[in-house]
Amino acid sequence: MEIFGIPTALLGSQLLVGLINGSFYAILSLGLAIIFGLLNIINFCHGAQYMMGAFVAWIALTRFGVNYWVSLIAAPLIVGIVGVLIERLMLRRLYKLDHLYGLLLTFGLALIFEGIFRDQFGISGESYEVPELLSGGVNLGFMFLPIYRGWVIVASLTVCFGTWYMIERTKLGAYLRAGTENSQMVQALGINVPLLITFTYGYGVALAAFAGVLAAPIFQVNPLMGSNLIIVVFAVVVIGGMGSIMGSIITGLGLGLIEGLTKVFYPEASSVVVFVIMVIVLLVRPAGLFGKS
Amino acid sequence: MLSRKFTTTACAAALAALSCGAQAQISGGSVKIGVLTDLSGTYSDLAGSGAVLATKMAIDDFIANEKPNFKIEMVSADHQNKADIASNKAREWIEREGVDTVTELVTTSTALAVMKVAKEKDRVVIMNGPASTPITNEQCNDVSVHYTYDTYSVANGTAKAVTTGGGKSWFFLTADYAFGQALEKDATAVVIANGGKVVGSVRHPFPGSDFSSFLLKAQASGAQVIGLANAGADTTNAIKQAAEFGITPKQSLAGLLMFITDIHALGLKSTQGMYLTEGFYWDRNDETRAWSKRFFEKQKKMPTMVQAGQYSSIYHYLKAVKASGTDDTTKVMAMMRKTPINDFFAKNGQIRDDGRMVHDMYLMQVKKPADSKYPWDYYTIKATIPAAEAFQPLSQSRCPLIKK
Repeated sequence: MEIFGIPTALLGSQLLVGLINGSFYAILSLGLAIIFGLLNIINFCHGAQYMMGAFVAWIALTRFGVNYWVSLIAAPLIVGIVGVLIERLMLRRLYKLDHLYGLLLTFGLALIFEGIFRDQFGISGESYEVPELLSGGVNLGFMFLPIYRGWVIVASLTVCFGTWYMIERTKLGAYLRAGTENSQMVQALGINVPLLITFTYGYGVALAAFAGVLAAPIFQVNPLMGSNLIIVVFAVVVIGGMGSIMGSIITGLGLGLIEGLTKVFYPEASSVVVFVIMVIVLLVRPAGLFGKS
Repeated sequence: MLSRKFTTTACAAALAALSCGAQAQISGGSVKIGVLTDLSGTYSDLAGSGAVLATKMAIDDFIANEKPNFKIEMVSADHQNKADIASNKAREWIEREGVDTVTELVTTSTALAVMKVAKEKDRVVIMNGPASTPITNEQCNDVSVHYTYDTYSVANGTAKAVTTGGGKSWFFLTADYAFGQALEKDATAVVIANGGKVVGSVRHPFPGSDFSSFLLKAQASGAQVIGLANAGADTTNAIKQAAEFGITPKQSLAGLLMFITDIHALGLKSTQGMYLTEGFYWDRNDETRAWSKRFFEKQKKMPTMVQAGQYSSIYHYLKAVKASGTDDTTKVMAMMRKTPINDFFAKNGQIRDDGRMVHDMYLMQVKKPADSKYPWDYYTIKATIPAAEAFQPLSQSRCPLIKK
């Protein structure tokens, strides 16, 4: 059977691959959206923090024998703590200034982090093996799905929706949302808003590192792995609407699918399709698909 | 008496003039070599600081062995793989700092840009990192040397070996820019010439990170061999993901341009059995081992063919300067062409009029993890491709300097 001259089996497999990439976009853009929503900071070192997550996992495995499952928790914690330090020592001073200052600071930090890792590990990158439990694959009839890729979808969707639930449905989430609306009022009610902000930044950074650990067995662990991805993720956030939690998750997955389809029909355009959509969305709905203008 | 005095004076004057003359032949009193390379980007492992180190080693060794009567200096800079930065830096070096030769120049676009500047300013260019064949064809000039390898020589070796070894049907995964397309074109010609066929190809955006969509297409094509017409991180990611999707070992991969640093980064588990063609392997004989171990002590990595070629080419250049007693571009180029290259890198290497240095290339196969006995023990040399076959013959040259 064929659709537009493409065998359905190939189409099915490309959609699934698109969904896998979409999961990465979703989890990364979610972190950016949370940070922007509460801190008003455009976190340009998100890509570097994603890369650091992957490297921490690789270093833990090769130098200390720490396995994948431990790294999946430990690496986000470690990189998250680095994030907390960045927020406490640097970002905190910029909240009263224009967005641009935060962007410049985080961009500078991204360059510094990438430079340090490049100096230490070179540019060719390092290989991280797929954990034994998830190696191999299953034949779905229309494609051979590596079990690890299936795990990536499950893990990232769980974390994405868990995060959404925490922000939209729990008391902690309510404080966070209230803090964004009117931080002085929330402070007056006895809630430690600065601590809340630090926690939020740390959590957003940890999400990036989590995605990095998920990516380590798929991509070569390389100091520039984040900078290749981050521009697309920014486009995803813009399309979804800056600061919209659910928007960033759905847009991430959706754009992964669209990109996957482009790779079937016109592969040369697959790296620009996201940006074409971004331009159209900005013209029609400047606040993004899910944003409030 | 008078005549005797005159003779002595004249002789003294002549001698003084001669020795002064010899000094004055070297512009600015010293030979200055500018290493322009990628010190921070995708190609910084295969060229980068290792190429700077190789240049320094060549200069030090030359001074120790040949005791030249001129000074040698080196400067280096990062061209960031950008043609405009490369040509600006080259211009600045030549005009303000008196650089005599600009070298290395990984990435074709930077190489082509600097070749133009060098031709205009009449300085020597020695290229080791860039790959594309236009350097010695449409864009060739008489001040340039393309030393280590090119797309023709690497595609030729690998594609021929794989096709004649039974891999008759090919599918290409090609980086969508000049270099990838040149590589695909060169390899396709070799596949067809050896009785194979190309069943399809897909062009991926450069640089890419996820190749699974493209690999699934290659899988669906049913081709026996997937030819990777890309380089660096694109190649390593594609190989890694091919294994993940169960494409290898059912279909085999042929990396058309790979360096030992790529194999080191990927590990033998996912690269074992692959064929690749290089101009140098550190573990080929005692001579290559001796030099490579000295390099390793400083760099903590074994040299790539680009880095070894950098050493060899700089040494050859300095020898030509000494032999011709001047750093004048035309004279040095003539001497470099005239003198065969015999060192650990090349035996009877020869620089042709189109700028191509022809030398033996080596077809290698990546070892199985169990067969690798010590660090960096990665290849088995399957065949030596003689210089005459390894590079594009002059009869096919599109370089205007070659008169047919």
